[in-house]
Amino acid sequence: MDKLLALIDENCRLTTEQMAAILEMDETELAAKIKDYEKNKTIVGYKALIDWDKTDREYATALIELKVTPSKGRGFDKVAESIYNFDEVQSLYLMSGGFDLCVVLEGRSLREVALFVAERLAPMEAVVSTATHFVLKKYKDKGIIYDRDDRDERGYIGL
Amino acid sequence: MIDYDKLLTDSIKSVKPSGIRKFFDLLQGMDDVISLSVGQPDFDTPWHIRKAGIDSLNDGKTYYTSNAGLDELRGEISNYLFRRFNIPKYEKKEILITVGGSEAIDLCIRSLVNPGEEVIVPEPSFVCYSPLASLTGGVAVPICTKAEDEFRLTADALKAAITPKTKLLVLPFPNNPTGAIMQREDLEAIADVLDGTDIMVLSDEIYAELTYGDVSHCSCAAIERLRERTVLVGGFSKAYAMTGWRLGYACGPAPVIAAMLKLHQFAIMCAPTTSQYAAVKAMRDGDGDVDMMFEEYDRRRKMLIHELNRIGMPCFDAKGAFYLFPSIQKFGLSSEEFAERLLNAEHVAVVPGSAFGESGEGFVRICYAHSLAKLTEAVIRIERFLKTL
Repeated sequence: MDKLLALIDENCRLTTEQMAAILEMDETELAAKIKDYEKNKTIVGYKALIDWDKTDREYATALIELKVTPSKGRGFDKVAESIYNFDEVQSLYLMSGGFDLCVVLEGRSLREVALFVAERLAPMEAVVSTATHFVLKKYKDKGIIYDRDDRDERGYIGL
Repeated sequence: MIDYDKLLTDSIKSVKPSGIRKFFDLLQGMDDVISLSVGQPDFDTPWHIRKAGIDSLNDGKTYYTSNAGLDELRGEISNYLFRRFNIPKYEKKEILITVGGSEAIDLCIRSLVNPGEEVIVPEPSFVCYSPLASLTGGVAVPICTKAEDEFRLTADALKAAITPKTKLLVLPFPNNPTGAIMQREDLEAIADVLDGTDIMVLSDEIYAELTYGDVSHCSCAAIERLRERTVLVGGFSKAYAMTGWRLGYACGPAPVIAAMLKLHQFAIMCAPTTSQYAAVKAMRDGDGDVDMMFEEYDRRRKMLIHELNRIGMPCFDAKGAFYLFPSIQKFGLSSEEFAERLLNAEHVAVVPGSAFGESGEGFVRICYAHSLAKLTEAVIRIERFLKTL
């Protein structure tokens, strides 16, 4: 695996200077490499993982299983495009197994999410069926455990 | 009322209490502390090793093992040392399983040192050697290693410290607290000095697996001329993240190991059985875990060396263990004052270099067994503190 990408994937808040020290690379060369990755969309973006349960933001997340009819010529991509363009859609995956597309939806309330499925997704011509599963609690995302007890159990000082 | 102080032996009373006691008190009740003062890995013991321990309990293996430790484990240790460090295989009678490397150090010193005999201890180093030597009636003879030598023990310094009373040389490399290592040529030079003497070597190689860069660890026991006089101390705590399992070992000449075994059987009986079964698994299937943790420590090491030098705490490219030993001399504070003020101002704990011997003054020990995110936060706080000096 590319060590630079692995490092950014783990912690994109390190400075280029720190990353260069870790990877024993020239800092300018490293910065140029990152620019290249951004340009060719290997790195597609940077986001923080936020535990919204710790805030007063009202929100609801659902995972929706979609069975769809692929379009002639463009297969699932055309249907996918018409779905991922909705702002409410956080993630969209083409799946193997019992259904075709997995949509992760976010709305301000359960009702808003339910209405979105009923009024936007279900009526789409290519959509054959939907099954909506609401997320009750997020324990871990992108390898990060939410609400982990960060106390250092090693004690403070050891010689 | 009994005056307990009068009851205690003179030798135990002569052992000085740890100089960092007051840091424990300061730390109590402080929130948000980043403790770079720990001395153990931040990884959990790999699951398959833990499971081997659990399985042994489920299988009812809850009895004592033989005093020297499981036959199976001693065999695996011999194979491992050969495989990893090219150390010629030890026979089982040359291996003793102990309660951590610390017990092995204690047994070795008590088995070899008579009252009045001298034990050479390079400093700065782990704190147990000199007190243990004193408790036998021996005399600890410190050799101050120097920053300009990257805290290696030089042959000249050793030669100057040897007297007719010298019995034992402690070689604590890779070194806690400095991160120094001794390479083959350094050890060959030490062997030149020891040739023709009866001086024994206690080689504390508990951090052997954590040797970074383009050099690999060279054990005293891999050098033919040193092997006959070497008691090699190793363990599972650092490389396999098994500190709480309390398991180590000593390998050396059979008569010395037999003497150590006598003490061990009276004081301890045997090392914990569950830990021994877990350790068999570690030796057989744990190389990948060691490599994974090693890679992670190395990334942190490189980042922290760079950052400490950048913010004005000069630090050499320490290639061993998981410690850095940056200089704080230019700030005009003792290492204890520096550590105390840093802790109070920014809630970052480091260990004053003076805790590891006189020659540690002017330095602090920083442990990088923390996530990169924690270490970068610590650097920000330390840099802010340095600007106030």
